[in-house]
Amino acid sequence: MQIPEVSSKVQNNIQLRFIDKPIEADATTDIIYMMCPMHLLIIDQKTKELKVGQILAVLTDYDGALEDIPAWCIKTGNEFLGVYEAEDHYKFYVRKLTEKSCIDKET
Amino acid sequence: MKEIYMDHVATNPLHPEVLEAMLPYFKEHFGNPLSLYEPGIKAREAIENARASTASLINAKANEIIFTSSGAESNNFALKGIAFANQNKGKHIIISKIEHHSILNSARFLEKSGFAVTYLPVDKYGVIDPAIVEKAITKETILISIIHASPEIGTIEPIAEIGKISRQKGIIFHTDAVASVGNIPVDIQPLNADLLSFAAHQFYGPKGAGALYLREGTRIVPLIYGGIQEGGRRAGTENVPAIVGMGKAAELAKRDLQERINHVKLLRDKLISNALKVERVYLTGHPEQRLPGHASFVVEYIEGEAMLLLLAGKGIYAASGSACSSKALKASPVLISIGTPAHLAQGSVVFTLSKGTTEEEIDYFNEVFPQIINQLRKISPFAKGWGDMEDKTCTPRK
Repeated sequence: MQIPEVSSKVQNNIQLRFIDKPIEADATTDIIYMMCPMHLLIIDQKTKELKVGQILAVLTDYDGALEDIPAWCIKTGNEFLGVYEAEDHYKFYVRKLTEKSCIDKET
Repeated sequence: MKEIYMDHVATNPLHPEVLEAMLPYFKEHFGNPLSLYEPGIKAREAIENARASTASLINAKANEIIFTSSGAESNNFALKGIAFANQNKGKHIIISKIEHHSILNSARFLEKSGFAVTYLPVDKYGVIDPAIVEKAITKETILISIIHASPEIGTIEPIAEIGKISRQKGIIFHTDAVASVGNIPVDIQPLNADLLSFAAHQFYGPKGAGALYLREGTRIVPLIYGGIQEGGRRAGTENVPAIVGMGKAAELAKRDLQERINHVKLLRDKLISNALKVERVYLTGHPEQRLPGHASFVVEYIEGEAMLLLLAGKGIYAASGSACSSKALKASPVLISIGTPAHLAQGSVVFTLSKGTTEEEIDYFNEVFPQIINQLRKISPFAKGWGDMEDKTCTPRK
């Protein structure tokens, strides 16, 4: 059987990185117990409120975020700094690199 | 500009007779149904009449209907209520990959609470094979929940067969029939369902009114504790006008169902056959076994959202799929599970018709839709092909 060719863009999406200790963030958003797609909507909204260079921490227990948040960073051009696994939730760290967000459809 | 509403799976306007029936319960008959004096008795009678006609729409008994606030609440109630009521018997639940988020996210919540969930695959039309359901059953299985008809791709599932398997195995069976009740005949008896969710605004009733059918003798853990409303299974003073509206809408849906189906089916077929004439437009969902007023497509090289904006500019209102795809720009899980390549899933559009849709509207749509596709393709960066954006793990289908 032929292995399907995976494009470079798809490969780039796989960038999950665990980190050993939490990072000091400029803003934290707690969406523990919220389900899909809240993590994608909240991260978009909260990143808009930050200045370029600032770090956002997203606290969630939603497993789908492990795939979605790094992929979101690639799509929007923000930096995924890593994910810290706390006892009952994950802490995702994202550095804002750009004012642009591909989810914003209002403009 | 003429406005053409083609998003009836999102919601529907109130039927004028429904509004008429509801109004007195905002005004003179404002009593609390639990009160023992006249205004309370009036409200209670109204609720019980609504319960009877709501039950009648799905051929159930009145005491098997629990009024809720929405389809989403009914789905949450069914999944969590049955899981917690039966956790001593087992902790395994079966659902499909194309469930609504109110089922999907309730299942995820139950997984976090110690239950195991199997997510069944579907075929290229979105159909769940009853044989796969049977294979997924274990000694631990306490609940099977399968959607009756998908609001996103329109496919109607073989619920009666799945229900039969569940019944034979002694497993409780729930079906989310929000997109189907009021749009196709739904009779609870041949479906073999123990629970069934539906919502009033899908058949010209008010928003904020839903119901859960719960077969007599089935135990359920309430989501909301408090008073004795709904037989102690859902506390909180009843939304009397909304319940009355649901009852009236159910009565009208039962009376006019066949007429509504005949009307939308013709128009839908006309819409589909015309849209498929455009190059690289693919129908999603089953070509025949689908909701009568439902037409869903993926259009190659352009985004669903862009089509919606231009259509809205021409007065046509439609949808592009689930919240995941439209709000969070993530490929729709339903389209991915039927094997739509990720790059194509972005071009999803859903048109849903109703008894109010006219032939002229469809003609106008058929004229405008290909124009919009051409217009967008002219400016699409992918007009000459996808380049390395193409997801080659699946192949599109005409």
